[in-house]
Amino acid sequence: MNLFKYAATAATTLALGISVQANAATLDDIKSAGELKCGISTGVPGFAFTNDAGDWQGFDPAVCQAVAAAVLGDTSKVKYTTTTGKTRFTALSSGEVDMLARNTTWTFSRDTDLKLDFVGVNYYDGQGFMAPVDLGVSSAKELDGASVCIQTGTTTELNLADFFRVNGISYEAVPIETNDEARTNYEAGRCDVYTTDASGLAATRSSFDDPSAHVLMPEIISKEPLGPLVRHGDSEWADVVRWTLNALIAAEELGLTSDNVDQMATGTDNPEINRLLGSEGDLGAMIGLDKAWAWRAIKAVGNYGEIFDRYIGADTPIGLERGINAQWTDGGLLYSPPFR
Amino acid sequence: MATTLDHSGPPKSGFSIGKIWTDKKSRGVIIQVIAMAIFCAILFYLASNVVGNFQKLGKPFGFDFLNQPSNYDINQTLIDYNSQSSHGRAAVVGILNTLLIAFCGIILATILGFILGVLRLSPNWLVNKLAYCYIEFVRNVPVLVHILLVHGILVHSLPHPKQAISVADKFFLSNRGFTMPQPLFQPLFWLVVAAFVFGIVFAFWYRRTARIKQAATGEQSPVFWVMLASIVGLPILAYLLTGLPIEWQVPQQGKFNLKGGMAIKPEFIALWLALSLYTAAFIAEIVRAGIMAVNKGQSEAALALGLPREKTMNLVVIPQALRVIIPPLTSQYLNITKNSSLAIAIGYMDIVATIGGISLNQTGREMECMIIVLSLYLLFSLTISMIMNWYNKRIALVER
Repeated sequence: MNLFKYAATAATTLALGISVQANAATLDDIKSAGELKCGISTGVPGFAFTNDAGDWQGFDPAVCQAVAAAVLGDTSKVKYTTTTGKTRFTALSSGEVDMLARNTTWTFSRDTDLKLDFVGVNYYDGQGFMAPVDLGVSSAKELDGASVCIQTGTTTELNLADFFRVNGISYEAVPIETNDEARTNYEAGRCDVYTTDASGLAATRSSFDDPSAHVLMPEIISKEPLGPLVRHGDSEWADVVRWTLNALIAAEELGLTSDNVDQMATGTDNPEINRLLGSEGDLGAMIGLDKAWAWRAIKAVGNYGEIFDRYIGADTPIGLERGINAQWTDGGLLYSPPFR
Repeated sequence: MATTLDHSGPPKSGFSIGKIWTDKKSRGVIIQVIAMAIFCAILFYLASNVVGNFQKLGKPFGFDFLNQPSNYDINQTLIDYNSQSSHGRAAVVGILNTLLIAFCGIILATILGFILGVLRLSPNWLVNKLAYCYIEFVRNVPVLVHILLVHGILVHSLPHPKQAISVADKFFLSNRGFTMPQPLFQPLFWLVVAAFVFGIVFAFWYRRTARIKQAATGEQSPVFWVMLASIVGLPILAYLLTGLPIEWQVPQQGKFNLKGGMAIKPEFIALWLALSLYTAAFIAEIVRAGIMAVNKGQSEAALALGLPREKTMNLVVIPQALRVIIPPLTSQYLNITKNSSLAIAIGYMDIVATIGGISLNQTGREMECMIIVLSLYLLFSLTISMIMNWYNKRIALVER
């Protein structure tokens, strides 16, 4: 009878134990685990790469590090999971990662139908084309009959189909999974042209032996607002990520840097800085964190401008200009809502 | 209950719960019921877990997305398809591409496998050892590595289309694939097709009558030559008489690629070669085993009866070897079909890359797409098994 009892108990436990994994309290889960699970790309120079010590660095991981600093007080408490264009949303939906910070375009259907929440934009991008100078092509509209390398599962794939259809020109799509594969195929001449977000093209070009042998075409065929995103349905966690990103953007506008943030935190005559850094009021408590959350994030990774300059700015091999990614006060699109 | 089930001993005096367990038969029933209950509970758990998670995410479940425009392009399509076609059609394109690679792979792997298997049995030391080395090397490297290797070789070592290797300026080989003239059929071409169909029907009718004749009179007819003439000769004659009703569209150098003609993409070639070469090594060993399983006495007896070597092989050894070969061969065919799903690694647009890849990603319908892919592979595999089992029955030893 023992065996029977055993089996019956096991069966009931299984039948009753339909406990679906809770995703309502991501922030609490992260705090109790002491670890932020962050989904990043498989590697794009400047945007996500491993340094000599093997740690992930770059423009996108910096967002993860800022969130980890705000929530856990330590940028090293991030567990990175690399995702391809195809696996990223499944990884996020299934709870394998808490947030995604990898050149992902904010679109209507992803925000609604795919049940994801984009919390902001950390890079305003657009889709471009890159071809060898030898090919003698100066405009994307001259690409009739060309072979085009394209990452599958991306918005660029859809834009590409639209662009060629609208312009009535034919092409051969060469689908590939990751940026590295695209690079290999492009260099081997499997495709004439590589298309992805213009920032990605600039980053990839910088990694070639002779970047000047490749030209970016003038056409930008789409809007690609890239930003971090979280699962739909946990607004508290979305708020944390959204306002950490906003804190980095506002920090640049307010003149806070990783160097002067300690001094500023002691109190200034600008009430917004005081609220942001916690010397006045208690904004942190409103999102389930302590007073010094934004101070830690800015201290750890610097403000938006510092991150940009460090990884992808004009002084790096990637060499991207701020362009529309400048502060609104400088004629750009970056505009953080007020901290009040 | 217990007393009725128990036939092993004298009738028991009374009923007790303990006896249900000690009795062999009722214990068997109980264990099976429990096993079934656990199995159902696990299934129920999995299903309700899925339903619960779907509800919590607020995701709908349904296959309506198959009618939505797919919005992406596919580079190799056997049917008409463009980015305005539906996801359902994209899935069909993927299915056809999977079937194409499986079909071509099975044929090439079988031919290569049989040749290698026979070479492996060759009394010539060098031939034997070369086949041995090939088989051992290929079998012991994962098939994904083969696929990437062949694709890498094709893409990196073949020239750019501008410097394509050409044969008579009609066939071109470059790192964008193998391009050849495309036949454009004229209206009269149907006569050639009709002649071909008629030729086949006639050839088989002739073979049957010839066999009946031989059985009755012992007279032999030139079956082979008549069949060749009617199947090959007749269509050629029709083709010439109707005034060559095929036009060939020869590929021309375009600005980027060769224009016109038919192109076989390097992704297809790489996947096809890699899968075939890999599976051929396994088939070779199966063939060797099959032939060695036929007792030496069989061929000796046939030779002693005066049958020539060729007929000994065809009539005595191979039919018996096939009985051993077919069952494991079936599983190799299934392997080719399933391994073709690795196509995604080099961007061949099979079913996993279309409906299970891009469509899945663009629509976010993971569950639905995976269900489709899963059931299709199951369908393919079961169909192949069915055909091979039917063939196996046909060649099985008929006991009288």
